Amino acid sequence: MIKREIIDARELNIALNRLCCKLIENHGDFTNTILVGLQPRGVQVLDRLVRLLEEGYGVEGIRTGALDITFYRDDFRRRTGEHLQANTTRIDHLVEDQKLVFIDDVLYTGRSIRAAMDAILSYGRPAKMELLTLIDRRFSRDLPIQPDYKGRQVDSIASQRVEVLWEEVDGRDAVLITEPNS
Amino acid sequence: MSELSVNHLLGIKHLNAEDIQLILDTATQFKEVINRPIKKVPTLRDITIANLFFENSTRTRLSFELAEKRLSADVINFSAASSSVKKGETLIDTVNNILAMKVDMVVMRHPNPGAGEFLAQHVDASIVNAGDGAHEHPTQALLDAFSIREALGTLKGTKVAIIGDIVHSRVALSNVLLLKKMGAEVMVCGPTTLVPKHMHTLGVRIEHNLQTAIEWCDVANMLRVQHERQDINHFPSIAEYRAQYGLTMDHLDALEKPIVIMHPGPINRGVEITSEVADSKHSVILDQVQNGVAIRMAVLYLLAEKRKLNNGK
Repeated sequence: MIKREIIDARELNIALNRLCCKLIENHGDFTNTILVGLQPRGVQVLDRLVRLLEEGYGVEGIRTGALDITFYRDDFRRRTGEHLQANTTRIDHLVEDQKLVFIDDVLYTGRSIRAAMDAILSYGRPAKMELLTLIDRRFSRDLPIQPDYKGRQVDSIASQRVEVLWEEVDGRDAVLITEPNS
Repeated sequence: MSELSVNHLLGIKHLNAEDIQLILDTATQFKEVINRPIKKVPTLRDITIANLFFENSTRTRLSFELAEKRLSADVINFSAASSSVKKGETLIDTVNNILAMKVDMVVMRHPNPGAGEFLAQHVDASIVNAGDGAHEHPTQALLDAFSIREALGTLKGTKVAIIGDIVHSRVALSNVLLLKKMGAEVMVCGPTTLVPKHMHTLGVRIEHNLQTAIEWCDVANMLRVQHERQDINHFPSIAEYRAQYGLTMDHLDALEKPIVIMHPGPINRGVEITSEVADSKHSVILDQVQNGVAIRMAVLYLLAEKRKLNNGK
């Protein structure tokens, strides 16, 4: 297994700041907006963005949620090897007529986002759904889904894994590409 | 680890502590699902489940059926009273006829202990035991454990007294097995005629005095006197049972610390428990009913996941 760092802490910070600015441009004071982190790794991105928006840009009262999509996945009973365990969903705000921004760390096939769109409709009919992803693995989509906000685009092949590390949980900020031994 | 070690839920005795933990944790997520505006997930939409009830049941059958529908499974119901069983068909023939209609999972209640295990050996479907005679009722024990964990935060070290008709109760046996596996302390309490002799071999305390039991415990699980299963009289009269083992508000008010009151239902109000106790703030009886749906969703979901599509199912 070969791990290669493709984005370091400084570059990650720049990307996060840029994403904050774009969110402010489109959502103003976030009155009718709910930021929804996708479990498990999207919640890390959400927490970091909210901290930056509040501390760096003075935005207050941002409404957030966490969404687990396990029960909506399209590979139920088809998965082999890795087993997934359902995670906490926390949607404490009414989503009816609100603008939602789904937040995830890596956008790959788009299947998680399809499941997230399905899942959130159990809470009501949002006025709008957008997608923010820190890393966009382009040219790898299985579904017609594209991000509205992307931190960085990465070219990768199917056998590779793209992994985002966070200082809070992993000890440092970085983005890695993992290659299997050939 | 997030996969069950078993392919069927036949009894608590087949589960290990990790299985139980996984079911309880998954049920926590399903409890959130059933409190959403739309209380349904699409997960089991390619699964068909048959509910076979060879014995009367209201809440368990409704709870399973609701759990199945909340998971988007297709459901067929069968009760022995209106079936070919009355015409002499065997259990395996009945079930195989149902499975021929492409059924994936069977939820079964049966008066004979071990009926689920017998079926699991002979038919190709995931079997969930919804009560087999006086043997086991695993989903009830799981929902009781879930309710205790919800009320007190943990099972480990929690003192649980199971009070009432132990000898006729599948709920009691499944509860004892589960609570012991999860590190709780368990006491059974009832008249000597309603506590089985072998009970001490399961590592539980035995008590015949209600006052002593409730002073000891954090949770009192009150069981119903099962008149329908009693072919002889195990105590002189209902009035005497009530006087000795009926839980009243006076009992609870006299305790130094509050205890959690549970009951698997149906309640005989005024016999094992008074209405004031059943409806008091100490009681989690209606929470147990809601938790039952979440637990059954978790069990069905986790067992369905074991039926991989690439195994030709």
